[in-house]
Formats: sequence, structure tokens, C-alpha cells
Amino acid sequence: MREFDYQRAHDVAGAVALLDADPDTRFLGGGTNLVDLMKTGVERPARLIDIRELPLDRIETTPEGGLRIGATVTNGDLAAHPEVRRRYPALAQAVLAGASGQLRNMATVGGNLLQRTRCGYFADVSRPCNKRVPGSGCPAVAGEHRNHAILGASDHCVAVHASDMAVALTAFDAVVHFETADGPGDLPLTDFYLPVGDTPHRETALPAGALITGITLPPAPVAAHSRYRKVRERASYAFAIGSLAAALDIRDGVVRDVRLAFGAVASRPWRAAAAERVLTGAPAGPETYAAAADAELAAARPLPHNGYKVDLIRNLVVAVLTELAEETPR
Amino acid sequence: MTAVTTGTTARTASVGTGHTRVEGRDKVTGAARYAAEVPFADLAHGWLVLSTIARGRIRALDTDPVLAMPGVLAVLDHRNAPHLDTDYTGMLGKPDPTCAVFQHDRVPHLGWPVALVVAETSEQAREAAEALVVHYEQEPHDVEFTADHPDARPVDGHMPAVTEKGDLDARLASSAVVVDAEYTTPEEHHNPMEPHAATARWDDGRLEVIDSNQGVTWVAGELASLFSLDPASVRVRSEHVGGGFGSKGVRAHQVAAVMAATLLQRPVRVVLTRRQMFSLAGYRSPTAQRVRLGADADGRLRALEHRSVSRTSTVHEFVEPSAGVARVMYDADAHHTANHVVRLDVPTPTWMRAPGEAPGSFALEAALDELAEKCGIDPIELRLRNEPETGPVSGLPFAGRNLAACFREGARRFGWADRDSRPGVRREGRWLLGTGTAAASFPAGAAPSTATATAHPDGTFTVRISAADIGTGARTALALVAADALQVPPERVRVRIGDSDFGPAMIAGGSMGTRSWSWAVKTAAGELRERLALGADIPVEGLTVRADTTEALGALAPAERHSFGAQFAEVAVDVTTGEVRVRRMLGIFAAGRIVNPLTARNQFLGGMIWGISMALHEEAVRDRASGGPVGADLAGYHVATHADVPRIEADWIDDTDPDDPVGIKGIGEIGVVGAAAAVANAVWHATGVRHRSLPIRPDRVLSAAAGARDA
Repeated sequence: MREFDYQRAHDVAGAVALLDADPDTRFLGGGTNLVDLMKTGVERPARLIDIRELPLDRIETTPEGGLRIGATVTNGDLAAHPEVRRRYPALAQAVLAGASGQLRNMATVGGNLLQRTRCGYFADVSRPCNKRVPGSGCPAVAGEHRNHAILGASDHCVAVHASDMAVALTAFDAVVHFETADGPGDLPLTDFYLPVGDTPHRETALPAGALITGITLPPAPVAAHSRYRKVRERASYAFAIGSLAAALDIRDGVVRDVRLAFGAVASRPWRAAAAERVLTGAPAGPETYAAAADAELAAARPLPHNGYKVDLIRNLVVAVLTELAEETPR
Repeated sequence: MTAVTTGTTARTASVGTGHTRVEGRDKVTGAARYAAEVPFADLAHGWLVLSTIARGRIRALDTDPVLAMPGVLAVLDHRNAPHLDTDYTGMLGKPDPTCAVFQHDRVPHLGWPVALVVAETSEQAREAAEALVVHYEQEPHDVEFTADHPDARPVDGHMPAVTEKGDLDARLASSAVVVDAEYTTPEEHHNPMEPHAATARWDDGRLEVIDSNQGVTWVAGELASLFSLDPASVRVRSEHVGGGFGSKGVRAHQVAAVMAATLLQRPVRVVLTRRQMFSLAGYRSPTAQRVRLGADADGRLRALEHRSVSRTSTVHEFVEPSAGVARVMYDADAHHTANHVVRLDVPTPTWMRAPGEAPGSFALEAALDELAEKCGIDPIELRLRNEPETGPVSGLPFAGRNLAACFREGARRFGWADRDSRPGVRREGRWLLGTGTAAASFPAGAAPSTATATAHPDGTFTVRISAADIGTGARTALALVAADALQVPPERVRVRIGDSDFGPAMIAGGSMGTRSWSWAVKTAAGELRERLALGADIPVEGLTVRADTTEALGALAPAERHSFGAQFAEVAVDVTTGEVRVRRMLGIFAAGRIVNPLTARNQFLGGMIWGISMALHEEAVRDRASGGPVGADLAGYHVATHADVPRIEADWIDDTDPDDPVGIKGIGEIGVVGAAAAVANAVWHATGVRHRSLPIRPDRVLSAAAGARDA
């Protein structure tokens, strides 16, 4: 494998300075994805900057009543945090639905957002992949795509985003904070991931040289009544083939507030805004839930072997919203 | 018989008593060294370069820039590699030319070894190997396996391709009930935890190979033949093996390591990566099977046809003989079985745990379940009504067939009597519940082996045999067998295995290892005890007795010799998400005398969990365009996790084999057999939908549910 340099950053400014916007350098968090990709040759950085010692490992309540989550908080600590579990239970469930205990103890929140797709063609450097080698082609479109995107994809790339955590964060309007040499910046998570278009290799709107420093979850009372359901090809330790983060507030039989996001259906966590519009103010019930799912999935463009995902997501929306409705305190 | 002991008191038997692994402490503390961990001075590292095309020729290899890279010592390819002889018949037949690396410029599949880069460090070798540019003349390839491929033809493999008796069409036509169904199983890979690894060196005129394999004398013999060496000048050692499952014979890495060690005259190590294992370690072929059953209204079989098509490479014929299982399990007036093979531009498949029986039992036992449904007969009763008196094809007597006893004991413990036979009627929340059962069988055999037993003056003993412990607990089992034969506690017996210098012995394979080795060990140890009882002196270097079982095995009367079992599964299915979860499983086996209940239970449970994976998870995906695997790692290739493994029990009934000195039959594979069928049959019972293609993935369950809704 390629030899690389390793440096350790001690503060945010120092980390950004060490990176110096060098495209051949990567920040190293838990390494649970980056190191794997280095072993397979997908990533060949000349230099790693270890950011695990940065003082970004806290979860704090914001003055507005939301949560601020540091970028180097481990996935394990995030899922175990009492305020996360109480106020955003779907987030804790999403994190626990991912990877294994060992990996969650290493993986960081910032790294989780930036993890790469698990498309088998992306992972195999002997195959073309527009995401890995722009312009080389996408064998998945005509090849193996059972677990590929049904929403928002293009002919250039049909890979899906692999994160569970990011699906819940998307449902709850999370904002990503970053630091560059020119100062700090923010991006709503819904704008953080770029549309695929003809540039699938450009995955996020993070400026060059930026370091993710944390995430803010705005206060959302509806989130306290939320759930993450993940479907995968085995009971544990597998990426989703379809998942759903949902929060539901019903008063007097009417949907007062709702949050919906889908996982494993697109190149990014998919906020189901069209479905939320159908639901908000509508009478709670399976017909409404199904109509909402259909409104969102009308845009679905399944490939020959992943059409089942349309049924799966529709069924998940109905099942999870029904569960949440039944569990609504009366 | 007079109990003569070398101690002062008679011993109770060790065989049959649970005993933890004698090397367990070494393994959990890391003291046990696996093949790639044994230190060597002056060690060089080889890295294999695999083809990126599925068919064609190597036009050129740009080796000069690679030779200039840091640490690079040599590049071996078809232009400079030593000549190999592949025109021989080894212990298990003709060699698969896949192991005979660098002999020509042809590329018969994607992932074919085209070069070995040797460097001072493993990292340097890898970097250089990945930098090596290979130019190909690419030809169109065909990797698409279908049941009706025009090139499919009968191939014998380790059993006749075709058996036929009776008029099948006539018997089917006159049957009151007919089942005619097609089943498929996917490409499956063994992927033992420990990747294949070998270190080769020349030591004082002898070739020494430290390897991870399933039979040291087997691999030593193959290497001697390939390199045209005197067999006595090759020594292969393999002390600890982190799983084999049929994949660890002679493979490209050992041969490449020997070549490089010969060329460089220094030790060379070659280790396969997980991804390379998907091309170079062998695998189980996909199968397409058709089963036709004709029966009377009471379920008695009148016609049975089992046809299976599997796939092999263009360079070697390997048959996955799925239709063979019907030759043992069920009889009918008309009884036809056939194994066909299609040659495609893919790697050669190989033996993978329960070859033939694993996919074959899925199709046959699922078809039996369909017949039970059509006849309105309980699936266990159906099987009991069809118990054959003699081998359905051979006509030979069964040397013990305790299948019915397994079903009775299993049914009692599983609570089968309370089962409602109607499908799709039990619900618990979002889950539909169902139960299923299936029969299991696997051949019981033994192969010639040699062993020595040595008495030492300090009252301890050493047994030497070139056995392999591939995680089964063989070393421990042999210690128990030897202890009983010597009538001493097992703590006084050292068992040394995994060294070809100990003499020829059976491999760890075919569920025959422990039986074959125990036979030789018991013979040697028993004779040693007799000599000591007669007052033989023990010299300082010890008193050694050697045994060879060739003659004793040749005297065995022909018979149908098999282990049997009954598998039970309960599943929960959410048809709105496609998720299938196994809730509990029970396997009851009649598999000969159980030497070490502790490790035997591991073997049975491991086999049954293998069956869960086969039913629900395992599937290697081959990309039609490139001809190569997609997702060739353990994130993409799923086996059951702990969360997929339910409350699971394995137990056995008394089935001591009277023709074996220890009473053993063999347990390595039967746990797999029938397990996937039991799960699939339970999925039908839960949902009312037959899934005839494995694995039963969520998308398949969802699509079946959508199809039922649209119908």
C-alpha cells in the first residue's frame, strides 16, 4: 500500500492549518471507513491528520433548547446520551442500528456524515465508477443495483448514502458547523449533501479545507415521539436496504407536526418533504400515511432490480406512523 | 478382556466426555501461531496480481517500472516462472490448473493469477503489485449461469453423473399426486476467518512449507508432483488452521511461494486477501435443480426425479452433485437422478461444506414438503412412510439408518405434535409465524491413515499423525481416543498433528477426518498398550508403535454408510418489509459415537447456522459485464450474525457404528444438510408462499407479497 505521513492535531485552528486544503490529505477520525478504503486502494492519501484529540467531544444543550454535538463525539457516546435518547429517540435508534458496538466506539459523528457509499463497484478499484474516477462510467446502472437508489439518482451514479445517523439528523433539521482557514461556517444538512447530477464525485457542499466541528439539532418537541426503523438483509451489521426516521404529533385525530426521512433510497438521506406536506393537518390514519408515502414516492425512478424499495418504503411509512399514532398519549 | 493399565487404577472412558480444546488456551492468548505469523529470518513477501479481464490473453506485463520500486526483488509471470507438471493424479484426483500458476498466457476467468511481485515487505510487494500494468487481449466472456444452458452435460465428479431405474414418465402419469418444481441456490463462498497463507523455503535440500491447509500430506504430495520433486524432500506443516470448509487444499499462493523461494533462495510468504479469496479459494457453484415427485394419495413415492445443473470453469471439471442426495434418502419405482455441469468463464468451484448435500437437500426436502402439503399429510409422517429398506440406487443394506428415531425425538422436543398444518394463519404483531422440518444425511466413511504412538519413560505418551485441526477440535478428540486406547488420562497424552513428516493420513474433509485418524490412532495406541502390558522396556527415546489402516479399511463390507438427522426451524416473517428471522432451531442427529460432546455440539450448531446463512443470507453476486464478483468482502457477502442466530439446539441419539473401532461416523457436514430446507419450509408455513430460490432475501419476500396482492 501507499506510504503516508501521520500527524496529530491538538486544536481546531491547528487542524485546519495542517490540512492546508491539500487534496492529498485526509482528516482521521475513528478511521472505521477511511482506513478500510485505504486498504482497498479507494483512498490513497499522502497524509493523515488525526483529529481525535480535538476538544470536539461534547454534547451540550443550546440556549434555544436544542443540542450541539461535537464532531469527534463517538457514535457510541451519541446513542447513549440521555438527552439524545429522551428528546431525539430516533437519532439514538438510528445510530444503534448501524455497524457494531466496536465500530460505534471508534466512529465519530463528523466521520459518519462523510462516510462513503458501500456500492460494490465503488469499492473495487478494478472497475469503473464515476464517483471514484469521474467520467469512467457507472456499471451499476446496467449491473448489480439491488440496493441502489430509487430517488434523486442520475445515469452517472445510482449509489446510496450508507449512514443511518444522517437519516435521523435530516429528519430533525440538523445544521452542520465547520471551520476553514477563513473562519467558521454552517450548512443545513439538507443542503450539505449535493445532488448527484453529473458530478457524483462531489458529494458535499463543504468548502475545500474545511473541518466539520459539530452539528446542532434545533429544538423540536415532535422529535421526542420519534422512531427509526431499518430494514436490512440480516438482523445486524448490515447496511440498510431501506430505512425510515419518523416523528409524529397527533392532536384530536389530526396530524399537527410530522418529520419523515428515508434512508438507502438516494445518494443522500432523503427528507420526505412532499409526504410531510400531505400529512400536516390531515386526519391521522393509514390512508393518509399511504397517500403521503405515495406523494413522495411519485418521484421514484426504480431500476430493474430495486423496484421493491418503493413497496418497502411505502410499507415502512404506514407501519411506523401507525405505531407512533397508536403510542400517542391520549 | 483383562484390563491392563500402565497406571494403578482402571480408567473411565474419555471418549464421550466433554473436554475443552487442548490448544484452547494458546489460541485465546495468542500463543498459537497461524501460518502467516510464524517468524522467519530473511523473509520476503509475495503479492499476487490477478487478472482484471474474464477471458483472453496476456499481451504484455510492464515489469521494469515495478522492479525499480522500493524493496522489489522479483516479478514472476508466465515468461520466467518454473515449469510445473500438472499431468498427474493426486490424492483427490487431477489437479485444478488454477493452482499451476504462470504456465501460459491464457486468462480463463477474472481474478486469474497473472504475476507474483516479491519484495522485502508485504506493503512494498502490494504497492508494486497494484502498480503493475498488464496488457490483455480481451475476448468475449460468458459467466451467465442458467438452468437451460445449451452446453450443460452430465459429469461424474466423485459419484456417477446419472442413475436411472424405472419408467419415470409412466410412473409420473399414473401418480395421484405430482410435484414438479425448480429450485436455485446461488454462488457461495467458504471464507474461513483465517485467509490462505503459506511460507516456503529451501532448508538443506528440502522444501519446507508452513501453510494453513486441511491436509499436510495431501498438499505435500501435490507440491512434489507439481514441481517434480521426490515426495520425501517436501515437508508441509500446518499446526493451527482458522477454518477451511473445503477451501484449503493446494492453491495458487503455495505454488507461487515455492516458485519465488526457489528463484530467490530465501523464504517467501504469500497471503491471500479477502477479496482475492473470492477468486482463488474455490467456492460452491450455483445450482439450478428440478425435482419431480409422483406419489400415491397416501404419500408413498412412485416416481422421483432430481436433476441438478452446476457450473465449473473452462480449465477444470468440478461437479456440485446435488442430485446425489436422493440416491440415499428416498426410493421410488421410477428413480432418476442426474448431475449436469456447464463450463463458463469463471473460477473453478470446489468442495464446500456438504458438497452436493447442502444445495441438493434444499431442493429435495423442500419438494417433499410441497408433496406433504398436496397430500395433506404431516411432513414427518410423509418421510416415515418413505423410509427405504435398502439403498434406493445401490440396493445395499444400510449400516444403520436412524432417521426415524431422529424425527421422533426431534418432534417431541420441538413440540411438533401441536402444529397447525395450515399456512399463513399465525400472527404475532407484524410477524407471521411458521415451523418447518427437513431430513438430513451425509456419507460416513474412512480413508487410509497412518499414526504412531510413543510411550515415554516418564509415563506420558505422544501420538503423531498428519491430521488437521481446522477448528473442529480434532487434536482434542484424538487425545481422548488415544487416552482410552492407552487407558490413561488424556492429560498424559500429547497429540502432534499437521506435519507431513508424520506420514500419510486422510485430510480434514468429507466428514472423514476424525474417523479415519481415530482408527489409526486407536490401532497404534492399542498395540502400544499391549506391548507395555507384556513388559516391554521403554528406552530413553521412547517406545513407538506405528499403525496403518489401509488393510482394515479394505476389509469393510460394502454398505450404505451414512449419518442422518432431522432439522426443525421456527421463523417469523414480516411480509411488509420482507424480513425473515429464525426464532428457534433444533437438530437431532444420528451420526455415530460422539467423541467430544463439547466440540461436537459446536460442529452441529455451526452447520445449522451455516444453513440459516444459506437459507437467508449467503449469495455471491457476479457482474455480467466484467465477469467478476461484486461486493467481494464480508460487508457485501453476508453470513448470519449473532443477532440472526436464535435459540438453537443440537443433540444426538445413540448411533454407535459397529464397524468402526471407536464407533464414529462423522459430524463435520451433516449439520448443514436440510437446515436451509427446514427454514424455507417454515417460511412457507408462515406465509403460504413457496420460496424456491435461495437466499430468501427481503426483496424476494416483498416481491412475492406484492405478486400475491396483485393476483
